[in-house]
This record gives sequence, C-alpha cells and structure tokens, in this order.
Amino acid sequence: MSALAKLVSAGESPRSVYEITGVSRFFNDGKVVALDGVSLTLPKGEFHSVIGSSGCGKTTLLKIMAGLLPPSTGSVLLGGTPVLGPRDDIGMMFQQATLLPWRTTVENILLPIAVRHGQKAAQAERPRAEQLLQLVGLAGFENAYPSELSGGMAQRAAICRMLISDPEVLLLDEPFSALDEITRDFMNLELQRVCMEREASAFLITHSISEAVLLSDVVHVMSARPGRVVQSVRINLPRPRTLEMLSLPEFGACATSIRNLLDKGAFL
Amino acid sequence: MTDQVYLSAETAGITDTVWVETKSWSARVPRWVSMTVLMALFLLGWQTLSVSGLVSPLILPTLSDTLADLEFVGRSLVSGSYMLTAFWVTASEVLVGFAIAVAVGVSLGVLVGETTFGERAVMPYIVAIDTMPKIAFAPLFVSWLGFGIGSKVALAAFISVFPIVVGTAAGLHAASANERMLFQSIRASRLQTLVMLKIPSGLPQFFTGLKIASISVVGGAVAGELLGGGKGFGELIRAAAAQLDTPRVFSLIIYLSLLGVLMFGLVSWMQYKFVFWDRSSTTRSTPQ
Repeated sequence: MSALAKLVSAGESPRSVYEITGVSRFFNDGKVVALDGVSLTLPKGEFHSVIGSSGCGKTTLLKIMAGLLPPSTGSVLLGGTPVLGPRDDIGMMFQQATLLPWRTTVENILLPIAVRHGQKAAQAERPRAEQLLQLVGLAGFENAYPSELSGGMAQRAAICRMLISDPEVLLLDEPFSALDEITRDFMNLELQRVCMEREASAFLITHSISEAVLLSDVVHVMSARPGRVVQSVRINLPRPRTLEMLSLPEFGACATSIRNLLDKGAFL
Repeated sequence: MTDQVYLSAETAGITDTVWVETKSWSARVPRWVSMTVLMALFLLGWQTLSVSGLVSPLILPTLSDTLADLEFVGRSLVSGSYMLTAFWVTASEVLVGFAIAVAVGVSLGVLVGETTFGERAVMPYIVAIDTMPKIAFAPLFVSWLGFGIGSKVALAAFISVFPIVVGTAAGLHAASANERMLFQSIRASRLQTLVMLKIPSGLPQFFTGLKIASISVVGGAVAGELLGGGKGFGELIRAAAAQLDTPRVFSLIIYLSLLGVLMFGLVSWMQYKFVFWDRSSTTRSTPQ
C-alpha cells in the first residue's frame, strides 16, 4: 500500500498544499460573478476534484489557483506562500494535449525546462524525460512528432511535460474529456498510478461524476451563477481504485449523493 | 443446418448485393492527360481563329507566328543579347523589391501583430493604404526616384509588402489560447513566447502572404517599367506593342511569367522545407 493510501486510511490530517480562502472573481466590472467566496484546502498527497455543470466557474477557479488569473477577493496560498502568478511548483494539464507540432515528443516534454533554464539544461534532463515516457508507456516515441501520436498518447506526453519539473501539485483541467470513454477510463487509472507513485497532490476539474468519484479523496460539488462550492464529499473507497469499483454499492451511493447535490445546485 | 451460425448470402436464399461505384470518365483519366487535352483544344481553337481571317493578325497573331517568335526570343535570351540584359534588369528589380518587401513587411507585421500600439494605431493606416490603387503611385515613384531601376524597385516592393504584413500579423495571432496558457504557466518571457511559440505557429500564414507577394512583386516591377520606362522587359513589351508586333508581346509575356513561376516555386519550396509539420497548404497555389 502506498504512503498515500496509508495517510488516508490512518485518518491523519496531513500538511495542506493549497489553502484557498474566500476567493471570488468578478467579470465585466462586477456584473458577472464567476466565483463567490470559494474556500477549500488540499492536503498534501490527496486527490481532489471539482465537479459542476459548464459555466459554474470551475475553470476560473483553476486559473486562479494556477496564478494565471488574479482573484477579485480572497487569498490563495500554496505551500504557505501566496500565489501571485504562475509558479514552477505547479504542474498543469489542459483539455487538449497542446503539444507543439514542430517539436518531437521528448522536446515537447522538455519545453518547461528549456523555457525556464535554457536549452542546455533541457538537454541535460533528457534522460529523465525518457524515464517519464517509459513511466507512461511511451518508450520508443521520443523522436516522434505529435502528428504521429494518437489522442491518448498525446495526453500521456502532456502528463510527462507536467511532471518533468517535479511540481508540488498537479492542476488538471478536464484532461481526458476529449478522449473516447474506453481510453479515458484507462488514462484515469494511469493518472492514479502516476500520482500514487509520486505521492502527488492533485486537483482535477471534471464534469464526469464517475471520473470524480473514481479518482478522488474529496469531491467539491459546485453550483453555477454564482460559482460556489455547495458541498465537499469525501470518498472513502480504498486505493488503488479499480474500474470494478464502479459497480460497488458505496460507489453508487457517492455518485448518487453528488448527482443530487448537482441537481439541487442547478435549480437554485 | 440448424447449428450453423454464419449463413452465407447464397444459402440464405439471397444473392450478393455487390455493386460497382460509378466513377466519372474524367476522374479516371490521369491529370496530365486532361491538362494536355485542354491545352491542345486551346491551341487548336487559337490557330483556327487566327487563320480563319475573322480576326486581324494585329489583334491575334497565328499560333505558328507566336511559336516562331517564342523560339527567336528564347535563342536571343540564351545567346545573351540585349534581351538577356533586359531580363536581368527586371529580375534584379523583382529580387531587390522582394527583399525590401520582406524586410519592411516582416518588421511592420511584427509591430502590428505583437504590440497593442501597432494593432490599434498602425493597422488601420496599413489597411487604408492597402485599399488604395497602389499602381497609381507609379508616377510619384518616378518623380521621386527617377527613370532608373529605383522607381521600379519601389513600386514592386510597395505592391508586394501588404500581403507580407497581413500574413505576418495574422500568423502571430495563430497560436491557440491553450498554447498561450501553457507558455504563461511555464513562465515564458514575451521574447520566448514570440520565438518558441508565436513565430513557428505563424509560419503557415506568413508563407501564404509571402506566396501572394512573390507573384505581385513581378507585376509591380513590370508595371513600373511600362509606366516609367527603363531598360527592363516591360520596356521591350511596350516597344513591341507600339510597333504592333503582337507575337513579340505574347512571347515576352510568356518568358516574363517564368520569373513569377520561379519566385512562387522558390517560396513554396521554402515553405515545404521549413513548415514540415503543416504541409496542407504547400501543394495548393495561393490559398485563400
């Protein structure tokens, strides 16, 4: 059993990575309230999800957490220090793999290093990039161009690019929603494996209830207009999670309670 | 027969429904055949019309006269007569004009595509000048730069600079929102984002502008010569037309078009070489 599972089952309260307090975000001179007083904490080594219908402000929340967008009010602390812009200890993944077509797979993975520390440092990190490719099952595709990769393979390369700089926390914006369902299930389990191996803290945005329940220790349910966290649901299923758990009664109970919260949020 | 799972169409009492897709005759013929046939029909029509006596040879020379003149001009170009000198004059106007257009066009394009000031303040003026009939500036260039090569170079560059500005500026906006967010999240500087993201992702659009420019630059140089004299091919055309030597005009135009084909081919080859990841527009001529 990994350290992550032990922590969860022992019920200790681990050091928190993210501390978000009263974060709001207004657009159009305050006429549109995208986020309204969102507070949550992400303890170290835990996997949290935010679920909500489209337009509930979950991507805005993620951008604020990533330092890509300033909050209108409230505070965001990462590892005890305020987030005032993009940081090297944050790894991000988007809905699209966003690989640059003129760079080979390994050059794409080394992009964050090349940008932050120069081409030489990136060359020096090449063996580590190759290790990461092996970790996600892409060994042998180092010198392939993105056009030669399938959608799932491209997203695996994006996972490597996110992990190359050893981030403290992973921010995932619907990373597999553009993939077909069969590939998505598989990639979710891969993501869990990668996270458990590195004891990574992760924060996932999704609109799939089963994906949220399958991967998360805590699911934050959001309502739209204004974007609020309605409730945070703890998922007490053992790790590692498997696809067989989808048919467990506990799984169904969690999914149903989240669905009820979403329905309530949608009609409020 | 009861445990047979796979019934063939025949045993099930149904005949196979195999049918042949109809393909039009012209789709089955190789491309070069269709092209040759069309060219032959065109030449046949030309010859028939010119020998019929319906059209004066001053307006439409016979095919044979034109071919004979084409051969004559070709010979004198190879042998290095005054025609070759004229060809080099026009070719150098085209090359210098294109080089100036690329230098100015890329600089303006980066200003317009990369800076807010350029986009808001400079772009409207570029669009305004672009809508002017640029060829009307020819007399101005002659009075500013004289009857020599300078005024032709200026007109060629002036006419071909706009597609390069627009192509460069549009190209710098081609990177997707996700790609920009990625570069923002890895704390790339503005220069890094420009060099590592915006310029490479803008190359296809840049080359589209360059291809349009590579053709219009020849037109600009020749227009300059027709309107401002000089020693180039345009002057030869003007002189031949004044002497009602229509076959000569035709063959000079055909040799002149080689210059345009050469420029276009060169740019297309560079695009094929440099934009290896996106070859969708390489094979097409001037994509819209």
